[in-house]
Amino acid sequence: MPVINETLGQYSELFMLLAAGTYTVAFIAFAWDLAKSSKTFQAVDLKAAAITAGEKVTVAAGRVGGGLGGPDAGGPAGRAERPTSGLTVEGGTAAGDMKYAGERRAPARVAVALTVLGVLIHGAGVVTRAFGAGRVPWGNMYEFLTTGAFVAVAVFLIVLIRRDLRFLGTFVIGLAIIMLVAASVAFWTPVGHLVPALQSYWLIIHVSIAVLSSALFTLTFAMSVLQLIQSRRQKNLAAGRADKLAFMRLVPNALSLENLAYRINAIAFIGWTFTLMFGAIWAEKAWGRFWGWDPKEVWTFVIWVVYAGYLHARATRGWTGTRAAWLSIIGYACVILNFTLVNTMLNGLHSYSGL
Amino acid sequence: MSESVKAKKKSPSAESTPGNTAEGKLQQAKSEAALPALGVMGMLRWAWTQLTSMRTALFLLLLLAVGAVPGSLFPQRPANPSLVTQRISENPTMGQILDALQMYDVYSSAWFSAIYILLFISLIGCVTPRAIAHYKAMKSQPPRTPKRLSRLPEYGTLALPADAGIPASRAINDAAGLLKKRGYRVEVRDVDGALPSLGAERGFLKEVGNLVFHTSLIGVLVSVAIGGLFGYSGQRILVEGDTFVNTLVGYDQFTPGTNFQSSALQPYSVQLDKFEAKFDRESPGKAGQPIDYTAEVTTKETPDAPAKKETLKVNDPVSLGGTSLYLTGNGYAPIVTVRDGEGNVSFQGPVTAKVQGDNYYSSVVIKVPDAKPEQLGFVGFFLPTAFVSEDGISFSGAPELINPQLSLNSFYGDLGLDKGVPQNVFELDVKDLKQLNGRDLAAGGITLTPGATVNLPEGKGSITFDGVKKYIGMDIHHNPGQLYALIFGFLAVAGLVMSLYINRRRVWVRTGTHADGRTMVEYGLLARGEDHRLAGEAAALREIFAREWNIPETQDTATTTAGSSSTSKDQ
Repeated sequence: MPVINETLGQYSELFMLLAAGTYTVAFIAFAWDLAKSSKTFQAVDLKAAAITAGEKVTVAAGRVGGGLGGPDAGGPAGRAERPTSGLTVEGGTAAGDMKYAGERRAPARVAVALTVLGVLIHGAGVVTRAFGAGRVPWGNMYEFLTTGAFVAVAVFLIVLIRRDLRFLGTFVIGLAIIMLVAASVAFWTPVGHLVPALQSYWLIIHVSIAVLSSALFTLTFAMSVLQLIQSRRQKNLAAGRADKLAFMRLVPNALSLENLAYRINAIAFIGWTFTLMFGAIWAEKAWGRFWGWDPKEVWTFVIWVVYAGYLHARATRGWTGTRAAWLSIIGYACVILNFTLVNTMLNGLHSYSGL
Repeated sequence: MSESVKAKKKSPSAESTPGNTAEGKLQQAKSEAALPALGVMGMLRWAWTQLTSMRTALFLLLLLAVGAVPGSLFPQRPANPSLVTQRISENPTMGQILDALQMYDVYSSAWFSAIYILLFISLIGCVTPRAIAHYKAMKSQPPRTPKRLSRLPEYGTLALPADAGIPASRAINDAAGLLKKRGYRVEVRDVDGALPSLGAERGFLKEVGNLVFHTSLIGVLVSVAIGGLFGYSGQRILVEGDTFVNTLVGYDQFTPGTNFQSSALQPYSVQLDKFEAKFDRESPGKAGQPIDYTAEVTTKETPDAPAKKETLKVNDPVSLGGTSLYLTGNGYAPIVTVRDGEGNVSFQGPVTAKVQGDNYYSSVVIKVPDAKPEQLGFVGFFLPTAFVSEDGISFSGAPELINPQLSLNSFYGDLGLDKGVPQNVFELDVKDLKQLNGRDLAAGGITLTPGATVNLPEGKGSITFDGVKKYIGMDIHHNPGQLYALIFGFLAVAGLVMSLYINRRRVWVRTGTHADGRTMVEYGLLARGEDHRLAGEAAALREIFAREWNIPETQDTATTTAGSSSTSKDQ
């Protein structure tokens, strides 16, 4: 039995608190970025409209489109639209390739810097918790939430290296703050040993993959929500109505969001398949049967089926786009339910894992 | 069941598909309404087409998710039969309605079975033709070269200067060689014609993976069915010193599979030598939480086999005679001696106390049918660490044996054991019995500490609390299907990864000689299914062609994409 180090445990809680504080400032910076950018763009629009009355208006679209020109010039005649390469830039959305554009967004830079600082402090909290308990830091709901929030933010930052997903910042950091607060308020547990049922190397494998997949599902959930909003907004803009959600200009068009969400969901789905399978192998070790329709097993299965449905929907006519996004959102709602309600309200073999 | 439809759907906005417009819906409804006039065979064919269509599969899949949910909301008979009985008796009307809807047996219910059986039929109906089609595709050559390559999603051209001395026929052969090296299956056409071309294709394993994934799911289902047919499981409570022999009478509870035969039981034996439980004594707020359970057992594969010492722990089962033994519970078994009214020992031994609450607060039932002149019965509680609260209620203060105490009420009369009706050993029906001891009676309740003896009133006998042993609850499982389920599970994941990450691509190249003597090369790429790296592949091909023919990168006659240098595009 490892020795419990309470002092480290207390440091861990302090780190979590500091991380939550840093994230809160980062969240404000991300929100400021959205608000400021929408104002900047509006100003650009107004200027462009004033200058180029009667002339061709390309300034705003070109600027927002991040250097994307109109239709390809110089191509041979009879060339069709290319879904794989041509970006369907509709006015008022960010570049679909989600690459970093040249323009500087000071608040966003501050927000990312703060997020990096926050994730470092958060990581220190997770590590001290692990050393305090002498084991992996995901043995109860408090630890699952704090570690899960850490992984979600870390994954977000890693993706940020290659893609400009800063528009997701308010979402991801907001969720991370909610998770940290929920952990400290509702699920707080001091450092301690694991009950015998959890003493298995499968805890390391099964739960770590579950945390990682949930973190990825968190990202795609945010993207799918934005996709729905953006898709509505794009329709409104196409119909010539006024742009009520100017901050959504920072967000890429609905199709690009859908495609990136699909790719991340595909990875997360493989992760969830492993979560389910390793859970089954562990269940066989611990309880003598690999599947017994325990509430947690039921919901893990339901989540798997919903995301399987999502992957299939993307290949079914009439089910792509909005409907697929809804499936992704429903899937994430099930992930949340599986964590909160199933662990606390429904009586099953997984009940010990919380509280 | 995944991307075949996708290829047809390439319009960037999903909203423009015909099924979504009002007119399209109307047409669809009309055509559907007209269908039943097709006759029996036509109807069957129509039903089959409907069942194996992607939409139906998707619908059934989502229905399966919804259908699984009630099983987590209501207690299920296979997992918790007593709770189901309790719920129904608490609320008979609602309980019976729910029971009629099979809400307490969701996963063996007619409706849940219907969903997954239909889903799997749909799956088979989808996978089989696709497997045949794919087999044919793998054996056939890449499709003919399209007339206008420029219509393809990725397109590019290269021009070889006249002085390079590479004619159109050589250029096409060079391209064929390069594509073969890159893993493409290549067919060269019209090498000596004016416009030689080639068709190339790669990524056949994508569809193979897709088919393996879906077939493996069927495999998992079959494995589960095999387990249900030929497997068995049972429970046995084993007190320290007791031996379990793997025969039907050895089990306290036994659940055979549908095709189970008792000859399948190998008569191995397991003796519980010692059980130890450790409890947390250092973490704040978690005192008394268990941190380790260890059972020392002696096993024999057959009655004549040599004895073997083994350790049975949670998460660490013991394998024996094709079964696995799991440590699933534990508790205390107070040892008592009961003497009857005639002074003879009519019962002696450990009584398993059923854990009811915190810190092993356990219920005890002792039935003494051999007592004379009257049969005796005892009901009460065992507390490993007895405390009495301010309100006079006894409770257990710790899980360890610090202050063990047995509190009992006693009864005499006919216990009803001779009628042949099976009884629960953990319950005593006191309806027809006369009470001897109890808190409300003059004689008071029986409170025993180890070593103490209490005489029953009216000279009915006595009871002695000799000591405490520990017992374990052991689950014994045999599931011949689970290894196959595991294998199919891993096959499914392998198939899934293949189908998601292998890209099926087609490339066509056409060469020709320009009027000014230059050799012109044009190429186009097409992906089947979701392929966000097609642009990257186009750029890579351009690079290897250029290197082969020593064309400087800048010489680009027709740019394919807005930024062909980018290796990863989203759409």
